[in-house]
Amino acid sequence: MSGQSSYNPTNPVEKWFDERLPILRFSKEHLMDFPTPKNINYWWTFGAILMFVLVIQIVTGVVLAMHYVADASMAFDSVEHIRRNVNYGRIIQAVHANGASMFFFAVYLHIFRGLYYGSYKAPREILWILGVVIFVLMMAISFMGYVLPWGQMSFWAATVITDIFGAIPIVGEPILVLLRGGFAVDNATLTRFFSLHYLLPFVLLAVVMLHIWALHVPGNNNPTGVEVKSSRDTVPFHPYITMKDLFAIVVFMIPFAWFVFFAPDILGHPDNYIQANSQITPAHIVPEWYFLPFYAILRAIDFDMLFISSKLGGVIFFGGSIVILFFVPWLDGSKVRSGTFRPLFKPFYWLFVLNFLMLTYLGAQGAEGIFLLLSKVGTAYYFAYFLLILPIVSRIETPNPLPASISESVLGNKGE
Amino acid sequence: MNKSSITLKGLVLGAVMALSGGLSTAPASAAVVGVEPELQSWTFAGIFGKYDSNQLQRGFQVFQEVCASCHGARLMSFRNLSEEGGPLFSEDQVKALAAEYIIMDPELVEGERAATPADGWPNPFETERDARGSNSGAFPPDFSVLAKARGVSQKFPFWAFNYFTGYQEGGPDYIYNLLVNYVDAPHDVEVPEGQSWNAYLGGTLAMGPPLFEGIVDYEGDVFPETVEQYSADIAAFMMWMAEPHLASRKEMGFRTITFLLLLAGMMYLVKRKIWSNVEH
Repeated sequence: MSGQSSYNPTNPVEKWFDERLPILRFSKEHLMDFPTPKNINYWWTFGAILMFVLVIQIVTGVVLAMHYVADASMAFDSVEHIRRNVNYGRIIQAVHANGASMFFFAVYLHIFRGLYYGSYKAPREILWILGVVIFVLMMAISFMGYVLPWGQMSFWAATVITDIFGAIPIVGEPILVLLRGGFAVDNATLTRFFSLHYLLPFVLLAVVMLHIWALHVPGNNNPTGVEVKSSRDTVPFHPYITMKDLFAIVVFMIPFAWFVFFAPDILGHPDNYIQANSQITPAHIVPEWYFLPFYAILRAIDFDMLFISSKLGGVIFFGGSIVILFFVPWLDGSKVRSGTFRPLFKPFYWLFVLNFLMLTYLGAQGAEGIFLLLSKVGTAYYFAYFLLILPIVSRIETPNPLPASISESVLGNKGE
Repeated sequence: MNKSSITLKGLVLGAVMALSGGLSTAPASAAVVGVEPELQSWTFAGIFGKYDSNQLQRGFQVFQEVCASCHGARLMSFRNLSEEGGPLFSEDQVKALAAEYIIMDPELVEGERAATPADGWPNPFETERDARGSNSGAFPPDFSVLAKARGVSQKFPFWAFNYFTGYQEGGPDYIYNLLVNYVDAPHDVEVPEGQSWNAYLGGTLAMGPPLFEGIVDYEGDVFPETVEQYSADIAAFMMWMAEPHLASRKEMGFRTITFLLLLAGMMYLVKRKIWSNVEH
């Protein structure tokens, strides 16, 4: 944002206040006047939707924490107590549990939108990196939250996931003990997960603020990927974008409400209605749906590579599949941002989307036979997309001609 | 971006959610390899579903006379039996029912007292050890949320439809099918001592067939005293125990979604009006 500020306080009290804490000026500039490309489509509303879901999660979470008991012998019953005896507890609990799924659904769309329109490219690398940090925090928070009801899946997910860290050489064992608060998942694990599950969302909120700050320096990308050239290309954030975002949020709430009121357990696992029992291992330990693609990658590595055991190899690929996202801005060398103008990039991108869906499917299947083979193929393509395809395509591709400006592309569309 | 490609991608991404969500629940009871489950048409299924209080009363009778001698229900209180949306016993009936049960209370001189409607359902055994001791080593699970801890596995694409119908009755379907499938074991299967063959599980379990024709005496002649009828009634009752506020939840959902649809429609009109002077 640059140029003259449109905030001109006339009232002497406002003036006095503005000289001391220019929060109203800040709000006027960033929440109302902020110039936003007028051609951004509905995929751009997921940022606001995510902000909305984050607030929902924090508010419902704070209320749940008033009734929840973080104790291995009481946690399971305390969640049932919330559902049965707390006023509107069943709704608040269902919103929170399904809210996690909605959060991931929205964040995946948000990430895939960024990948298609090249929103990670200069000058938005920091914005993208902060986004990946948010994604990692979300994974940690939702995993720990899933442990809190202390059902069978909670317990065994905690066992399996903390076990991953145990595979790290030398420091793995101490990290494992630190995470669990002992040698096995038990009460100490539950209480520290609860503590962190309450703390980390506020850290997440702080990173979200940085993410928005980093967005407000270069401004939004847009479907053409062409930078804003003049004020004709933009609309003020309010009322244009605020209204569009609010509309999108209300639409998003409809499937959200569908799950909360009509099928609150359908995204969960029936085994989590069995209280945690360290003596009985469930037949299939399946993570929540939003971890399935990464779970498939973890299990795809079932072979030793030189001195790296299959277990450590799985952990390296699992961690690598997320860490690699940090480097995307430098792996894709194409100067053209939007996939719309990149004929060679486009098929590889959509194949990447399909591949990600396939990995999601495979994460829920047994790691054997054809499923395992496909997991390996999917894992290979996942990494090849970032390490080979993006760098090579950006060198050999001839992009389609770009519109001269956003306004021109908008007028061009009208003629079609 | 032109509009048609947006709708196409919208469809693809809509399918993503259904797919990815379904897969995590699909293997819920993958261990079940026996006969195909027969899904029942429960009164509490669907977005307008609510419990049939008469069925819940019959189910309670089966629970009290048959199941409760081994299975507990620690999260159910007597008072729940007279609450809205449940079996709708009268408060006096519940008071009289509770008074038939003894609650151990070491704070009292007598060490015990008669139960009141505020008490939880008493466990048939004091400890897990006692329970196992009386059941040849097996531990009869608590019924409180058991109906939600079970599910039936469905083939693709049928489980995918559940997201659009809101079908969450896999638990009672599982219970029904388990109870009606106690049959003689196939000739080539040797059933171990203390176990019973169940065709639905395609295996054996420690619980013997609990229901027989006429084992519970229903009032009047309207409902047959068959294993199928008992099974459906107890399955419905167990679902109510696990989800006692189902009807009010669905009613609130219907109101909420109706409101959201109307609000979304109005929001869209306002949005269009605001954007009407912008070429975009």
